[in-house]
Amino acid sequence: MARAALSGRLSWQFGRVVELVEETARTKSLVLETPARQGHRAGQHVDVRLTAPDGYQAQRSYSIASGPEDEHLVLTVERLVDGEVSPYLVDELRPGDELELRGPIGGYFVWEAALVGPVLMVAGGSGVVPFRAMLRHGAALGSDVPMRLLYSSRALSDVIYGEELMRLAEREPVEVHLTLTREWPDDWAGPRGRIDGPLLDQVAWPPPQRPLIYICGPSGFVEAASQTLVQRGHDPSRIRTERFGPSGQ
Amino acid sequence: MSPVSRGFLGRRRPVEDPSRVPPGQYVTHDFPVLSAGPTPHTPLEEWSFTISGEVAEPVSWTWEEFLGLAAESPTVDIHCVTKWSKLDTSWKGVSVDALLGNVESEAAWLTAWSDGGYTTNLAVEDVTGGKAWVAYEYGGEPLEPEHGGPARLLVPHLYFWKSAKWVRGLTLTRDDEPGFWENYGYNNHGDPWLEQRYQGD
Repeated sequence: MARAALSGRLSWQFGRVVELVEETARTKSLVLETPARQGHRAGQHVDVRLTAPDGYQAQRSYSIASGPEDEHLVLTVERLVDGEVSPYLVDELRPGDELELRGPIGGYFVWEAALVGPVLMVAGGSGVVPFRAMLRHGAALGSDVPMRLLYSSRALSDVIYGEELMRLAEREPVEVHLTLTREWPDDWAGPRGRIDGPLLDQVAWPPPQRPLIYICGPSGFVEAASQTLVQRGHDPSRIRTERFGPSGQ
Repeated sequence: MSPVSRGFLGRRRPVEDPSRVPPGQYVTHDFPVLSAGPTPHTPLEEWSFTISGEVAEPVSWTWEEFLGLAAESPTVDIHCVTKWSKLDTSWKGVSVDALLGNVESEAAWLTAWSDGGYTTNLAVEDVTGGKAWVAYEYGGEPLEPEHGGPARLLVPHLYFWKSAKWVRGLTLTRDDEPGFWENYGYNNHGDPWLEQRYQGD
């Protein structure tokens, strides 16, 4: 998947499915063996292309969930109700299948240790995917850059990478904060409800510390979180956003 | 030719005229939002639109002046590099032909720049000849901030990242100077019919 040259064309390649990991009832991680070590950066995405027997094709973009140092390329895909590509990837794909891929793509929503931190990552639902790549990258480097993940999920059963995030948070510079918006266990001691100003004040470094902020999730989530952070004094140029989902209206 | 993806049939939504959908795109009926950073909210009394750079005399309009310019109401198909296309979108705005008619320039390129720091580069010939507008209404309503309001560039024949949201000016340049996404691996030109998504396409 490495670029042949800086100006070379990103060509379509095949990844062979080596494993499918059920993350939640709606979400699976596709573990892929790619022909060349891809050398992606944490936060980038790939395009996936499917081809029907009559030649019809459909393409979509998916964030890379694996760190640059990981052996396999991992995509974590949530099944969308009216989706065309995601139901196939989540329900139909089997180990041994070949998946056509192009990438890595995108150079802005990426984290590298050379960037001046600390780093706040704000995730809504499956928006946590690129942050897994960033946290794994930090762990692989043994980076001492402080990283905090604030992850908003509907319920514990919707949390992707739950156990792994707890393990990643065992590293000294890393904190993971989970807020549950619709359902929570009776003994849930963490925050409840959507991400708002008071919760961001509690989790984020104050604006004078100029945290580098990444926000990923459905469009409405990203709009609300980014506006709240700007209103609280964070420099808009320190906030990088990635939106997905059907609509912002 | 790509091999068949085992078990994939596609869930094709009926499209009235497939010839209007570029390769690799699908038609959506809502209006997805994409942006690299927070949505800026510049008050209209602080808003202006400026044409500068390689021009004999820069020119600038306030919001009120801009609304007073002769407007057009194009209905166009738009195509986002993230694979969605939206057909028959209706806009109101000022054509770039009319705007550039106010300056003398030999420049072949320009950079559109926006509140929030976004930039994108375009050949002058890609935004003249009735091909581009600075739009401030969408679907008969003022353009919402998330979709680029108060005003955005509208260049429907190129991928939509060239249609800079929150646009505040055009800087004419002698040389082609890659903009924001063009510096981050996206194609310099962005013709959806040639599927010019990324560098080298």
